Amino acid sequence: MANIVVLVKQVPDTNARIVISDNRVDLSSVKMVMSPYDEFAVETALQHREASGGEVTAITVGGAMADKVLKDAKAIGVDHIVRIDCDSFVDSNSLQSIISNAISEIGADVVYCGKAAADTGAGSTGPGIAERLGWASVSNIISATFADNVSVVAPAQGGNARISVTLPAVISCDKGNIKVRKPNVRGIMQAKKAQVDVKSVSAPASSINVISHSLPPSKPAGKTYEGGESAAEVAQLLRDEANVI
Amino acid sequence: MSQTIVIAEIAKGAIHPTTAELVTAANTLGNAPIVIVPCEDATIADSASAIQGISKVIALKSELFATYDALGWATAIDAVAPSGIIVTSANPQSKDLAARLAARRNIPVVQDVVAIDGGNLTSPIYSGKAMQTVSTSGDAVISVRANIFTASAQGGSADVSVVDATGDMATAVEEFLARVSTRLDVAEANIIISGGRGMGSPDNFSHLEKIADTIGAAVGASRAAVDTWDEISHSMQVGQTGKTVNPNLYIAVGISGAIQHLAGMRSSKYIVAINKDADAPIFQHADYGIVATWEEALPVLQAALSAMMN
Repeated sequence: MANIVVLVKQVPDTNARIVISDNRVDLSSVKMVMSPYDEFAVETALQHREASGGEVTAITVGGAMADKVLKDAKAIGVDHIVRIDCDSFVDSNSLQSIISNAISEIGADVVYCGKAAADTGAGSTGPGIAERLGWASVSNIISATFADNVSVVAPAQGGNARISVTLPAVISCDKGNIKVRKPNVRGIMQAKKAQVDVKSVSAPASSINVISHSLPPSKPAGKTYEGGESAAEVAQLLRDEANVI
Repeated sequence: MSQTIVIAEIAKGAIHPTTAELVTAANTLGNAPIVIVPCEDATIADSASAIQGISKVIALKSELFATYDALGWATAIDAVAPSGIIVTSANPQSKDLAARLAARRNIPVVQDVVAIDGGNLTSPIYSGKAMQTVSTSGDAVISVRANIFTASAQGGSADVSVVDATGDMATAVEEFLARVSTRLDVAEANIIISGGRGMGSPDNFSHLEKIADTIGAAVGASRAAVDTWDEISHSMQVGQTGKTVNPNLYIAVGISGAIQHLAGMRSSKYIVAINKDADAPIFQHADYGIVATWEEALPVLQAALSAMMN
């Protein structure tokens, strides 16, 4: 029986256009979804439960709006949903300490998360909480099998390696070969009724503060050519003008 | 001024040139850095001592560094690094290590830094659809993107001290899996040629592979191509839910330029787009756009590049 935790985060849909107003990202008209890599983490957590028995708890950090991703995780099949109530920006140090405290309270044997959240792209949370808990970690796995240890496939030395992980451990998931299941009607109905366990915390002070958001500098307009024959001229420009060939 | 520490980037048993870029970044953040070289063979650290602008080199020697284990590496490096600002590269393994080291010291980590201005650090967010600038005070671990900072010049002669490291591995490699392709991975290539659904079928990616082999490029793909065809592996996917790349040259073939894809490749130094639809959004980001079908353009491109390489 395994006590399994999966971390999920609510982020803007990856197809959304990002708008800046007053030096801050304006997400007011953006659809919010579960970070795509977290879907693979939820799937892997559920497969682990099916292989070894036990329960899966999904944890997110955010305001009440973030309950939606927990309900989504519930609809797919997790057993418990927990929101750590914290709606303001906190740095990695502060964030990881509140999450690792919650994991310790739950008494988890293994924690799954996405390889990085689609908003920050940082990928710091998984290895960071592993360090705080004194656990092993493997990042960016593309598949996993479950016995006493978890055996994963992850990138190593320019290729992939099969790596055996002794629990407790934090495992972050890439897309790889992991196919995610869709919620069924029964799951969606259960998710509607499910209660989110809201934990209030006082986050440690952050030493990192956000100064501004901005759009990336736009490039000057390029040159456009008509017809396949122009590829020869472009090839020449790549050598003579751009110096990249 | 803060003490700075650079964790040298190692690839194929040698110091990777990116290390000299990390030294430049560290000098922007504080005093000339101590460079820590995690290695099995301490002689590889000698080439680090030739980088200008460093105070000393620590060759941190252990069998532990044969394969990456986050807990073991962080424990060993933490034991020799003084307190200060630690700078690493921003490849996936180094970002993982950066997060570990920061957590171990109860200090924050800032990943994927592309600009440093005093204590202010800028990183891409939403895979480069926007930039975020943060202020830092005190010690931190910072990973720095490649191809952004100018490499510190050669010609230095810092002292090298060899320290034997100890640490326990928490994970064990059971076997290295044979690579399906001998081609470069998109994450490590200086030139990438990518195909989208406009390629018509996965078999047609052979035309991209031929060009890739001619110029030493990696072959990438859009999410539409990866989702449509099982033969196109997710490891090739460039975009917000695939890999974020910034090569010197990115050639997009039959890719319309969805926001998702642009987010993963827009910071490439030069972008070439080949698409039959003149209104495709990818052209707004291309330095060189070719309005043509891939059937027309690729044979011409292939012939021209082959002629140049010979």
